[in-house]
This record gives sequence, C-alpha cells and structure tokens, in this order.
Amino acid sequence: MSKITDMTATHNWSGQKLVSADYMLFEAPRTKHFMTGSEVLKEAVKRATVDASVSYPITPQSEAAHLIGELWAEGYVGVYFRGENEFGVMSEVAGCSMAGARTITTTSGPGTLRAMENFAQWSGTRASMQLVLMARGINSPLTIQPDNLEVQYLLETGCMIWYAENVQELFDMSLAAFAVAEQPDVHVPIITAVDGFFVSHTREAVMLPEDDIALFPYNPYKAPLPPIDSEMPPGRFLRDPFVMKSNYISYATHASWQWEIRSAVERSKPYARHYLKGLVHVTGTEDAEIAFITCGTASHQAKEANRELEKLGVKTKVLKLRTIRPFPTDEIIEALKGVKYVFVPEFNVVGWLSNEVKSALYGKLDMDIHAGPRVAGGMSMPAEAIIKEVMEKINPGKGA
Amino acid sequence: MLKKITEGPAGYMPQSAPSMGVELAPEGQALLYGNIVSEEEAMRDAARALLTRDNPTIFPGPQVLWDWKDDVADKAAAILELASEIPNCKIIPMPDYRPKYPKIDVKAEINPNHPNLTILDNRIKASIFVGVHCHYANLSLRMIRAGTDCYTIALCAYMGHEEAMASIRDLHASTIHKFKEIVIEERNKLGIEWEPTLPPENPSLQKEDHAALSPSDYGEYRSLIMTRKGEHVTEVE
Repeated sequence: MSKITDMTATHNWSGQKLVSADYMLFEAPRTKHFMTGSEVLKEAVKRATVDASVSYPITPQSEAAHLIGELWAEGYVGVYFRGENEFGVMSEVAGCSMAGARTITTTSGPGTLRAMENFAQWSGTRASMQLVLMARGINSPLTIQPDNLEVQYLLETGCMIWYAENVQELFDMSLAAFAVAEQPDVHVPIITAVDGFFVSHTREAVMLPEDDIALFPYNPYKAPLPPIDSEMPPGRFLRDPFVMKSNYISYATHASWQWEIRSAVERSKPYARHYLKGLVHVTGTEDAEIAFITCGTASHQAKEANRELEKLGVKTKVLKLRTIRPFPTDEIIEALKGVKYVFVPEFNVVGWLSNEVKSALYGKLDMDIHAGPRVAGGMSMPAEAIIKEVMEKINPGKGA
Repeated sequence: MLKKITEGPAGYMPQSAPSMGVELAPEGQALLYGNIVSEEEAMRDAARALLTRDNPTIFPGPQVLWDWKDDVADKAAAILELASEIPNCKIIPMPDYRPKYPKIDVKAEINPNHPNLTILDNRIKASIFVGVHCHYANLSLRMIRAGTDCYTIALCAYMGHEEAMASIRDLHASTIHKFKEIVIEERNKLGIEWEPTLPPENPSLQKEDHAALSPSDYGEYRSLIMTRKGEHVTEVE
C-alpha cells in the first residue's frame, strides 16, 4: 500500500508525476476513450492526488463511489472508507478536509437531503472538499430517476455549484474544481453536479490525459483558516460558538462571516473563467432573438432544439451555465443582447433555474422569460417538447 | 479616483466589498479604496494615512507571531523596523481567533470577532493587518469598516483583501522593506522629524516565570494542555 511518506517533490505516493492544473487540463496530450460518467470520475480522481474519500451507497452514484474505492485498493487514494449514512459521510468529509486532506465524495437525491445540514457547515468552515452530485429525484414517492430538484436545496448553502453537461465536462470539471476551491481567496466547498443516469450511466467518447500524471497535492497551510491539528481544535467557532452568546457582537460576527462565505464564492469567478473557459458557453446564432438558458443535460436537448429550429428558419442560441454558484449574471446579460424571448428548459417541477435567471435579470433586461419546458421524475426532454413550447410562444394560436 | 471602499462607519452591517463589485488586484498590483492601482500608489496613500492619522497601530496575526516556517522571522523583523519608522506606532497582536469572553483586554489584543472594541477604545485611526489568516482578516476589516472611522491597510501573503482601504498582495519581507522606505520618504515630505523608535511594550503583558507555571495559569486554555504520561487531570473545562 502506498503511503503519504512516499510523496516526493516531483511524484506522488503512487508514483505519478506531479503537474499543475493548467498542464493537466490544457497541455497534456490526450487520447480517446469510451466511458460512463462514473468511470470517468474514477479517472479524474486517479489524476487528482486525492488524500481521502468517504462513500455511502445510493443510486445512481454508487458505482462512482465503488470505483473510487478501487482506486484506494490500487494505491491512488490515501484513505477510503464507508460512512454510517450520508450525514455521517459528509461529517467525516468535513473532518478529513479540515484536517488538511484533499477530499472527495459523491451522493444523490435523498442522500443529499439526509446530509443537508453539513453543506452549510462545510462552507462555514471554509474547507475545500468536493462533492460530486449525481442528481436524482427526491422521495416520496420513491424514485431513482434523474431529476435535479435537489440542486434547489443546495443553492444557498454557501458552496460553489458547477454543472457538467456530459462525461467530458465531468472529467475536466472535477479536476478544475480542486484547483479553484483550493485557492486561498476562494477556499469554499465545491459541488460538481451532473444529471444522474443521463451522465453517470451513459457511455460517451471522452479525451483523457495519460494516467501517469497527477495534480500537485493540496497545501492546507495556504487556507484562509488555520488547519486543525492536536493544538488547534476544528475551528474555535465550533467549540466555542459565538452564536451561543446573545449580544450585538456575536450577531455582527455571524453576519460578517456569512458575507465572507458569499464573497469567497464570488472570488472564484476569475479562476473558474480560466479553468472552465468561461462561466457560460454560448452556441447557436449570435443575433438570435430567442435564447435558451440551461445547465446539465438540458443544454444538450436545447442544442438539439436549436438545430431543428434553425431548419424551420427560427434563429436561437443556447446559453449553457457551467457555474450556478457563483451565478454568472454579467455573462448572461452580455450574451442576451438583442434577445427578446428566453426559455429555461429544466429537469425539475419547480423551475429553480428559471427563478435564478429571473432574479438575476430583474430590472436589468426587459424581455419575456419563459419558465419551461419542465420535465421531472425521470422523464426525458425530447427536442420536440422544447420546439413546441417555442413555437406556441412566438406563434400563438397556431401551434407548433 | 472614485473611492468604492472608504473609512467607515459605513453603518450597521454594510454589504461586502466583493458584492459591491470590488475585485482583488492581479499579481504585481494593489487595491486602493477598491480600485486596482500600482503597489507604490497604494503604499504611498497608506503611508500618509499612518503618518497623519491618530494612533497608528499594527495588528500582527499568528502567521507572523509564531516562527512556523522559513520566511516568518524575516517578515516579523521587517514589521518591527516598519513600526519603528512610524511616529508613535503601537503593536497590538491578534494572537488567536477565539471570541474573548467575558471581556477582551483591548489594550493587549485585538480579536476578529469584535475588532471594533480595540479600535474604538484605543482611538486608532489608521491600522495595518499583517499575518492574519485571510478569512479572519476579512471578517475584521468588514466590521471595522462598519463601525469605526479607521483607515485599514492589509499586508497579505496571498491575494489581498477587498475590505481594506489599501491592500498589498504577495507579501514578502522585501515588500515590507519597500513600504518602510516609502513611509520614510512620505514622512520627510511631510516634514515630520522622527528618530526610529520601537513601539512600547504591550502594557498588559506580565513577566512570565516559566519555571513556576501551573495549569491554572493557562486559564481558559488549560484543557488544551496535553497531559503527561501517568498524569491524571481531574479538573477540566
């Protein structure tokens, strides 16, 4: 078994050559593979010099968690164990991360909700762990199908939230996530979301760098809070919380603290622009009057609708949001110049993304923002459903 | 220059500088009142504030108080030299981040959970934060901007701080030496005569006799003392 003491200045404990995130993401030669999202996440973790991973089974992320366990057995991951349940997992992830370990975990749907208290706790500690969220419906009634309603619950936890459209983006994002989350001025947890099954279980072509290179290890001494050790309890605010005192000072500290976490998320923008090549990816016709604002696999379906609508002579463009927190308001405003109608296709019934868009654009742009189409519970979103919604809006009474 | 971030009091709890659109300066540059400027421009404004405002004070944090890695001793020595060139400068440390209850000794220390108490009690109108972990520096700087009229300067080893009036990034001992030279130049321009003098001893620090220390001397921190083999501690926090 590899040990942390095997780490050298140039190679990690498993003998991989240490490289920067820039080299890994932009310069290293790549070869083509055919993989599912779960398999590609294993490949990303393999190249990330991960110190610790904690797992608990829940569909559809179980396979990814299992594959990270295989990496531990192969000597690529420092510590790997199964938690008692998702609440336990996220608490243990907090412990690992605050102790200075580069830590990753995965969960889905009900597991996310069971662990919910931890996510706000994570961001409050300014730890830099990564959660790969393979979104699934929320019970009840019981479902294991893809539906991203759970992301709504995570929006205000103080964690960064990125959303990958496909297997390739999942690979690149989950590596870039460490690079951004570990910046001293950012240093908040990051949630990399994908749509369960649509990405986690779908095999796609993906370009990967060789597996003999890996990211430089995490340096906890560059954190904005002191890391814990035998003399430094896990944040004095956990042991002697000022919130237990009822006075103006304790309230003001908590308010300033909350501002600081949100500020840290905002500070991630320049880094995310660099590593993700933009917070928003725009495709379609530049001077279109119709735009789709999407994230995840809804982007793929919107692009399909864009191609079909072009054939009908209707110009559209697709704004795929790579980051949800921070929300890319400026980039959206820039991309929506000249647009009259906005559609927000989503895989959930509540329309959390359209709410986000409306909130961000309120008073800034005057246009018709249509919250839909929306599907849920595992339904697919055929391009025809999107086209029908568009045609009924721009051509009322005449149908698609 | 449009001052986006100014001395307070900004009010009950102002929104954070990043949410007001202030972004950190890129490498090689600095922040002055929320604007990206050259390092020298920020240093000159900061120097004038330290030389013309009442009770200039340096707040060193744990990262320069404890000799925990190679460059710390050099930085700490440079800070002392800087302090000696600022007329009537005091040094009040931020040794740790735990809220101080029931009452902080405002002459002896500053704390990120209620930094305004030390600033207000000592009537500090210009200050330097150095060696404070970034999260706690930001907490402090925002609360100082909220409730006091103190001009704040952040000397940061990483990317800097939007909440400070002047923010210098990528700090090394050489950066502090450069700042010291600028302080001397600005002091001469202002016609202030001053012989380099170290700040006074912290008035609240009592001489310690380490040979006679007992757990009770550690007060609220006594539970952090590791027990020796065979020692049985009955009194715990």
